[in-house]
Amino acid sequence: MTAHSLAPEHKPKMEAPSIKQLASRHAPLLLTIALIIAGYFAVGSAQTWLTLTVAGLAMGMMIFIMASGVTIVFGLMDIINFGHGAFISIGAFVGASTLAAMGGFAGADNIGLNLIAMGAAILTAIVATALIGWLFERLIVAPVYGNHLSQILTTMGGLIITEQLIHVFWGPDQIFMPKPEALKGAIVVFGAAIEKYRIFAVGVGLVLFAAMMWVMAKTRLGLIVRAGVENPEMVESLGYRIKRLFIYVFMAGSALAGLGGVMWGSYQEIVTASIGFQSMILVFIVVIIGGLGSVGGCFMGALMVGLLNNYTAFAAPKLALVSNIALMVCILMWRPQGMYPVVKAK
Amino acid sequence: MLSLISHDTPRSKILTVILLAIGIGLLFAPFLFPGSRSMETAARIAVFIVLVASYDLMLGYGGIVSFAHTMFFGFGAYGIAIASDTLGRGFSSLAIGAIAGILVSAVAAVLIGLISLRVRAIFFAMITLAIASAFAVLVSQLSTITGGEDGINYQIPRELTPAFKLMSAKIFDVSVNGKLLNYYLLFFCSAGLFLIMLRIVNSPFGSVLKAIRENDFRAEAIGYRVVIYRTAVTSISAAIAAAAGALYAIWLRYVGPGTALSTEIMVDILLMVVIGGMGTMWGAVVGATVFVLAQNYLQPLMQVAVDATKPLPLIPQLLDPDRWLLWLGLLFILSVYFFPTGIVGRLRKNG
Repeated sequence: MTAHSLAPEHKPKMEAPSIKQLASRHAPLLLTIALIIAGYFAVGSAQTWLTLTVAGLAMGMMIFIMASGVTIVFGLMDIINFGHGAFISIGAFVGASTLAAMGGFAGADNIGLNLIAMGAAILTAIVATALIGWLFERLIVAPVYGNHLSQILTTMGGLIITEQLIHVFWGPDQIFMPKPEALKGAIVVFGAAIEKYRIFAVGVGLVLFAAMMWVMAKTRLGLIVRAGVENPEMVESLGYRIKRLFIYVFMAGSALAGLGGVMWGSYQEIVTASIGFQSMILVFIVVIIGGLGSVGGCFMGALMVGLLNNYTAFAAPKLALVSNIALMVCILMWRPQGMYPVVKAK
Repeated sequence: MLSLISHDTPRSKILTVILLAIGIGLLFAPFLFPGSRSMETAARIAVFIVLVASYDLMLGYGGIVSFAHTMFFGFGAYGIAIASDTLGRGFSSLAIGAIAGILVSAVAAVLIGLISLRVRAIFFAMITLAIASAFAVLVSQLSTITGGEDGINYQIPRELTPAFKLMSAKIFDVSVNGKLLNYYLLFFCSAGLFLIMLRIVNSPFGSVLKAIRENDFRAEAIGYRVVIYRTAVTSISAAIAAAAGALYAIWLRYVGPGTALSTEIMVDILLMVVIGGMGTMWGAVVGATVFVLAQNYLQPLMQVAVDATKPLPLIPQLLDPDRWLLWLGLLFILSVYFFPTGIVGRLRKNG
């Protein structure tokens, strides 16, 4: 008798997920598609619908850029950063100043120079917000690790201080932030006018989302971050300096907010110090809908909010923000933890 | 006397003196500090004591951070305004407006609580921020009902206005008119609401709340339904905030986004709670008084400082009265770090 036959006969096989399981797993995606289809019937005209859908996707992508930092920071560090909006404001102001300083490039009739100006604005905003993010983490967040109540209070205080400091340095008035020449105006596709800037925003958002997914899934850094989300103590006991990782992730989250601030500021073309606080309303709706800590959920949530916002803004302008609240309430009744609940090993 | 304050004594000599001074000061404010400006200040202090105490019910006892407290305050204020505007001046409109505002507020709080608190307490902070902002936007847009950004001016019963003379003689040089009656209506209602809250936090219900604040997991394990308790305290707190809003609306005879709904009021409330001391009702009294007085009398001082430092770079901008919030924000963070128990906690430790 060989040892071979002692082992029980078994043929392990993976059960293919049933249609129901698949539908449940991809429900958020299906819901977003359903929203786009419902939008078509609500709007009626195909051209308007196309315009609104692209506008919604662009808005969604920009909200995603702003919101991703909140969800990553929460997922890894268990910190709820109410001061995230501060980085959106700073990003917008630094970006606006850079664009103004490079007025010659931004106003030139040359797409290359225009993109250099936009790139410079984004770069300065990212660097500035990452550095201020580091300061913010050290001064405001670090003393209150592990205490949600104090975190909410101190980060809110940080937001107030930052907003006021923006007033000190940039003056009390709103500032004008014109888009670079090449991103102004619209192109016509199938009879529908589509703003160039929106296509640009969708492009930036998609690249960023793909890059984030790639970093999370394929790199060592992403592996440590994902492990840290599930069980930080274990990661630390395996020899990784999780505190340092926390700071890097916080800076990355702040930089994302800064990028979002530049994108959102030049989309609206007017920047005020309260732009960050105002965006936080949609940011919170998005991260709650998506599931706190989930990047994919944040992405789908942002798209849904952007689309719904544009469809309702067309159908019933006064109800745009209320419709998003209604969406959040419905999603929370369906899945109380958000669309993609993040399970922690605690 | 002790049972009136539910045996929750200040437990510090200095604090007792301060609280007595505030209480007596508010009770005799029209006679001690004559003049309409100081009456306005006294009324504002009384309303904010109730508002801040009701917020502390949630934050200091329930361990829940809400950003919708101005919305609840606004429900009460707009209730009075809309009722007086549509039903005409009269005590019945005031009663209908106040009751409607309080009910809407309590129900809204229960709904928000049930959606968010069953998952995580921090959801509540984020959701209330979103909902309150959406509500503020909605109020400024539905201008046919709410008056939009301009707000609503309305008439209150003549008995509560300066035009009504109760007697021709003056007491201590103060004319006894409707305005005085209005002040005492506000004062005694506020005092009553405050004593009710003091009763609530010193009841068995209050003890369960404190247990939940300290360790919600353990409280749940002992057998208390944390969600129910948290939702209940949210609802009570919202109802009292609406009552405070109604009182303030009767006093001001005007309601607008600036006086009843702005984020600035929310920030003020947070600061008052933290400065006074979280988790004690007396903290609300001290916090609201110190803050409102500072707001009224320190801001002009900042202008003086600006004029004095004019030639220096940057400093005048930092000291500008418009940058008031900058210093408050700083003070706020420092208090959360170093004095999480606020003025009251400090005094109790020393005394």
